[in-house]
Amino acid sequence: MTRIVYFAWVRERIGKNEEQIELPAGVRTGSDLLSHLKSLGDEYAYALEHETAIRIAVDQEHVEHDEPLGSAREIALFPPMTGG
Amino acid sequence: MPAGAAVALTVRIQTQDFDAAAECAALTAGRADIGALVTFTGLCRDEGGTLAALELEHYPGMAEAEITRICRTAIERFGLSGITAVHRIGRIAPGANIVLVIAAAPHRHAAFDGASFVMDFLKTSAPFWKKEHRADGRAGDWVDARESDARARAAWSRQPSGG
Repeated sequence: MTRIVYFAWVRERIGKNEEQIELPAGVRTGSDLLSHLKSLGDEYAYALEHETAIRIAVDQEHVEHDEPLGSAREIALFPPMTGG
Repeated sequence: MPAGAAVALTVRIQTQDFDAAAECAALTAGRADIGALVTFTGLCRDEGGTLAALELEHYPGMAEAEITRICRTAIERFGLSGITAVHRIGRIAPGANIVLVIAAAPHRHAAFDGASFVMDFLKTSAPFWKKEHRADGRAGDWVDARESDARARAAWSRQPSGG
């Protein structure tokens, strides 16, 4: 099981802060994960509709969508950052 | 920076306000090798009286880790003597402080560049998000990321090291 955490409007649209998901064997990259999550329901499809707007962090470090997820313990999905 | 001189790095995320003068004093306490201190304070801005407050959300753990990574890069690149970075979270009213970055160096150019570099990277890669609370009570929007911030960050990879 992998812990998936959501922030900001991704969190609001999916309707949960985090969840534990068993990733199918075919899910190897961030892009694969987004495709898989979008198949889980309308709220996921809505939250992740614009894939290029979604940032991905694996074990609290930024990764590109095409990078392998490896043996991630925690994967975060969130919109572009607006701190500072 | 003289070989062997200590590098002071402080990164904090907190709900309470900060005191820039006290943070400057703490960064320079007991040191005579710092000749320049550049302090940046980011405030909650209200354009047009429509904003009641900003709600600052963050990714606990990664936010601290990412700001620390950015600061370490700046210390290395510009030869800084130290950095203090404080970012507030939670509900912040217009006019109140949001973020503080203090860069210390032997000379001014490194300190100016260091503070600017940290802010440009913090805004685009530290996991914080702002949501507006509107003064009229209607549901506010999430603040959009600005293309100008992405350009400011990208500019650092097109220029030689400052200092």
